[in-house]
Amino acid sequence: MSEGVTPERRPRWAAFIIAAGLAGLAVMILLDAAGLKQDGGYAGVGPADVPRLIAYGLLVLAGLTVASGLKGDLPRPPRQAPAPLLWIMGGLIGQLALLHVAGFVISGAVLFGMTARGFGQKPLWRNLLVGYALAFVIYGVFDRLLKLNLPGGPLELLIFRG
Amino acid sequence: MESFSLLLQGLSTALEPMILLYALIGVTLGTAVGVLPGIGPALTVALLLPVTYGLDPAGSLIMFAGIYYGGMYGGSTTSILLNTPGESASIVTAIEGNQMARQGRGGPALATAAIGSFVAGLIATLLLAFLAPQVVKLALTLGPREYFALMVLAFVTVSATFGDSALRGLTSLFLGLALACVGIDGLTGAARLTYGVPQLMDGIETTTLAVALFAIGEALAVAAMLDPPDGMHRVKGSVRMTREDWRRSWKAWLRGTFIGFPIGSMPAGGADVASFLSYAAERKLTKHPEEFGHGAIEGVAGPEAANNAAAAGTLVPLLTLGLPTTATAAIMLAGFQQFGLQPGPLLFVMNAELVWGLIASLLIANVMLVVLNLPLIGLWIKLLSIPRPWLYGGILLFATLGTIGVNPSPIELGMLILFGVMGYGMRLYGYPVAPVVVGLILGPMAEQQLRRALAIAQGDWTTLVSTPVSAVLLGVSAVFLVVPMIMRLRGRGQVLSQVAGDAD
Repeated sequence: MSEGVTPERRPRWAAFIIAAGLAGLAVMILLDAAGLKQDGGYAGVGPADVPRLIAYGLLVLAGLTVASGLKGDLPRPPRQAPAPLLWIMGGLIGQLALLHVAGFVISGAVLFGMTARGFGQKPLWRNLLVGYALAFVIYGVFDRLLKLNLPGGPLELLIFRG
Repeated sequence: MESFSLLLQGLSTALEPMILLYALIGVTLGTAVGVLPGIGPALTVALLLPVTYGLDPAGSLIMFAGIYYGGMYGGSTTSILLNTPGESASIVTAIEGNQMARQGRGGPALATAAIGSFVAGLIATLLLAFLAPQVVKLALTLGPREYFALMVLAFVTVSATFGDSALRGLTSLFLGLALACVGIDGLTGAARLTYGVPQLMDGIETTTLAVALFAIGEALAVAAMLDPPDGMHRVKGSVRMTREDWRRSWKAWLRGTFIGFPIGSMPAGGADVASFLSYAAERKLTKHPEEFGHGAIEGVAGPEAANNAAAAGTLVPLLTLGLPTTATAAIMLAGFQQFGLQPGPLLFVMNAELVWGLIASLLIANVMLVVLNLPLIGLWIKLLSIPRPWLYGGILLFATLGTIGVNPSPIELGMLILFGVMGYGMRLYGYPVAPVVVGLILGPMAEQQLRRALAIAQGDWTTLVSTPVSAVLLGVSAVFLVVPMIMRLRGRGQVLSQVAGDAD
């Protein structure tokens, strides 16, 4: 996915943020490793050592990322449309929030409907209806036939377990 | 000739009606996902892992392999007709194939891709059958340090050798390795990076990570694109190839097969690398250099054969050593583990029937695929007319279904969303996603082998290079790491970035 991406020779803030994230992850691993009981046995290498090595690797990579950011080596992404992202994220978070309240079918309809809306399909109410129908079929096949234990909502419980 | 009789026994397993049904489902699904943009074989297998939990292990694994093969077939269709590769191993096919479609020769392009895939799949599967027992014999002589060296080699080739930046590839790999640390340490039982959250004790689910990176990250990236991709080229005329087409294709198929299979079977990149190398070879050897870039049929025939041969080749290290070299293979390994099976030399002893049934099924799947793909091509093209909003809405619904089905906790879904956003960010800044998945699966295995090797040598690190095999493997890894870096510094990195594997 490198089409339309042109490197530019000026410092890239994104590189510094990525480097900070890598370094932060490394620190988390090192702090956690420090709390582990060192029990290397014959190997002399215990449960904390490999994570430590990985953390050092991450720190080196963070340093190199800063260096490449200063040189402007990071690809510059093409302009992004924010609205579709917000719709899809809204759908995912909506599903997460509704799953245990309203069940798989309703929360799935929310995810489907908002994702389709993010891809430009209008109106939202029709997307939600299509999503509801699809999620209902999926629930029927996977929960009933394949025993996948999906959280049930009002309508499906009424029909399948009533 | 023991392979031959084992293969015949495998065929008797593979011809059982239920197994045939699983294979048929696999190849049909595989072709469908290969055709559909935005969903590849790695993602499909990841989505199906939770669903197959209660099903027959042999059947499920045969279905997964069918998906892998089918994805390689179907991917060419989108490349040729839409100029958007359905999966990464078909990127090169788009160069010549789409030109052919623009000139109204889409039919023969699809035909040479399908027949080439069939020829390559057949030869490569037979090679797999005859090579696997030899590699198993070899594998039995390998100890922990050799396994560790092999895994290091796989890490390097997956992350740093190809693509446009070793730094970004390695960063992806280390993200995967860091995520792999989460959970209970396999050797001592110490809980690492769990922060008292019980769901983290089991580690990060491969399916959650793969589905998030491949499905959610991809959906976000596609949704946020401002310019929509190319329109579709209708297939005009028949799919029948002329005598001239056949004459120019068959050598390309064979060359593609013999380029693809070794590339796939060594821990040296997957089908995307093979298809690129085959394209380069065809371009060099052709008698019609003026046609390249304007629809040369060899440029479709070779790479399509190569990517199928490589897919079969990938199964050699996966089945005999338990070593995945592509994201799809890594997820198939997770599939084996889900059924309590550990690929490796012992699998051929303990579960011989399953392994040989699987290999024989691949031969049958290959026949099914050529039938599915040539006469029924019109059906698959119809799939492309599903509007994108419905398609991606459906993909995300299925993506979350897998996670909810295994573990309907808000934490698991939250991780799915978090990794999905991470996948989007990685795509945005040119970080490859496959090394994260390979790192997550191979990380704990490499750690165990390392610690076992050190335990045997009582903590002496030089043990890692003390046998010729492990020393050579580590040396080769170093070469694969350093040489591409030098090539990039000298401004010759374009070649490598063209081979960049993105998803499968």
